[in-house]
Amino acid sequence: MIKIKVENKEGEVQIIEIPEGINLNLMETLKAYEYNLRATCGGMALCSDCHCHVYEGWETLPEAQEQELITLDTRPDATSFSRLACQIKISSEIDGLSIKLMGEGD
Amino acid sequence: MEHIKTDICIIGAGPVGLFAVFEAGLLKMRCHLIDVLPQVGGQLSEIYPQKPIYDIPGFPVINAQDLVNGLMDQIATFKPGFSLGERVDHLERIEDGTFIIRTNENTEVHSKAVVIAGGLGCFEPRKPAIEGLEEFEGKGVSYMVRNPELYRDKRLVLSGGGDSALDWTIFLSEVASEVTLVHRGDTFRGAPDSAEKVFELANRGKINLVLQSHITEIHGNGHLKGVTIQGKNNDVSTIETDYLIPLFGLTPKLGPIADWGLNVDKSAIEVNTLDYSTNIEGIFAIGDINTYPGKLKLILCGFHEAALMAQSAFKFVYPDQKLSFKYTTVYGVNTF
Repeated sequence: MIKIKVENKEGEVQIIEIPEGINLNLMETLKAYEYNLRATCGGMALCSDCHCHVYEGWETLPEAQEQELITLDTRPDATSFSRLACQIKISSEIDGLSIKLMGEGD
Repeated sequence: MEHIKTDICIIGAGPVGLFAVFEAGLLKMRCHLIDVLPQVGGQLSEIYPQKPIYDIPGFPVINAQDLVNGLMDQIATFKPGFSLGERVDHLERIEDGTFIIRTNENTEVHSKAVVIAGGLGCFEPRKPAIEGLEEFEGKGVSYMVRNPELYRDKRLVLSGGGDSALDWTIFLSEVASEVTLVHRGDTFRGAPDSAEKVFELANRGKINLVLQSHITEIHGNGHLKGVTIQGKNNDVSTIETDYLIPLFGLTPKLGPIADWGLNVDKSAIEVNTLDYSTNIEGIFAIGDINTYPGKLKLILCGFHEAALMAQSAFKFVYPDQKLSFKYTTVYGVNTF
C-alpha cells in the first residue's frame, strides 16, 4: 500500500492508503477517496483546482512540466512547494508524501 | 437599459447552452443567451481551446474550439441573440408565469422559459487571500483593467505572473507614474516576448520588478494607500500605491444562481431527469450545472439533456399547441 498524508482545507489530516498498481493520478485518487476537489479541467493542468502544497516527499515527485508551471503562476497562494495533484501519478515512489489541499472544491 | 423579448433565455453560452438553441429552434422556439465571458464556448474557449476532445459522437477527435465553432455554425440558422460579458444578477418569475432576467449591464430579458446552462457557474477573478482585500474593491483594488486612463499619472501595483500581468504591466508603464509588478517566481512563463520586455523595462528603471515575493497586507483609510510585500527570505517592505491590480486569472463560482430559490446541492442545481426541470416551474438546468443520481459531467450528456429539456419547455412557449415529435432527416431544419 502507498500511504499519503492529506490535510484538507479545513485542516483535518488523514493518511490514505492506496493499493499499488492503481492507474490514477493523485487528483483522481483524492476524488475517489471523496475529497472535495472540483477539478474543472479534469486533469489537464489547466485549472489549478487540485493545487496542493507539498510538505514532505517533494524530492520523490517528477519535475513539473511547462503547462503545470504556467497554471501554478495563476495561483496567488502558490509557493515554491506547490504542485497540481493531477500531474502526479500514483506509484510506490511517492509513498510517504504529505500534502495540503489548496484548490477549490464544489 | 436594453429590453429583449424571447421564448427561452439561456444562461450560459458553453457547448450545452449553444446546443440548446438548436433543440429549441427545431421546435420553433427563439433563444437569447447570456454569458459572463466575453466570448461563447464556456470552459472550452476559456480554459482549453486547443485541447482535443475524444468523446463527441461522430468525431473521433475534435479540438475544443472547433467544436464551439461547429455549434455556432449549427445554430446560426435559428438566429439566437447574445449578451456576452454580462452576468445575470436578477431572475424573477412574474405573475403570468413568464420571467424577467436582468444583467449587471442592465440588459433585461423577458422570456417564457429559462434554461440555466451555466457550467460550473460564473467565471470570476481569482482573489489572493489578503485580509481586508474586499473592503478596498472599487477603492483602489480591482481585478481587471477596464479603463487604463483611470491609472494615468497614478502609482500602481500589479501582482501575478501570467500573460495578463505581463501585458498590463507593459501597457500601463506608459500610462501610470509608477508601476510595480510583484511575482512569486523569478521567471515568467507567459509569452517570451512579453517577459523579455518586462525585464527590459525593469532594467531601464521604467517599472519596479519585485520577484520571489507576494503581497501580505494592504493598507488604507477609505481608499488604498499601500501594500506590504514579503520576499523569499521573509524580508518585509511596504510601498505606497494608489491602486492594486491582482491578476490571477478566472475561476468559476456559482455566484448569483445560489440566490434564486433553486434547490442546490454542492454548487449544482437539482433537477428532475424527466426533462431537467428544476423546482421552479419554467426553469430548467442542463449540463455541468445540474445534478441528479448518476450524473456525468460530459458534454454529450449535456446535449441529451438539452434535447429533453426542449420538449418540455415547449409547453411554456406554446401552451395552446400540441407537440409532435419530428426527425430532422424527414423535415430538415427549418429556420424562423
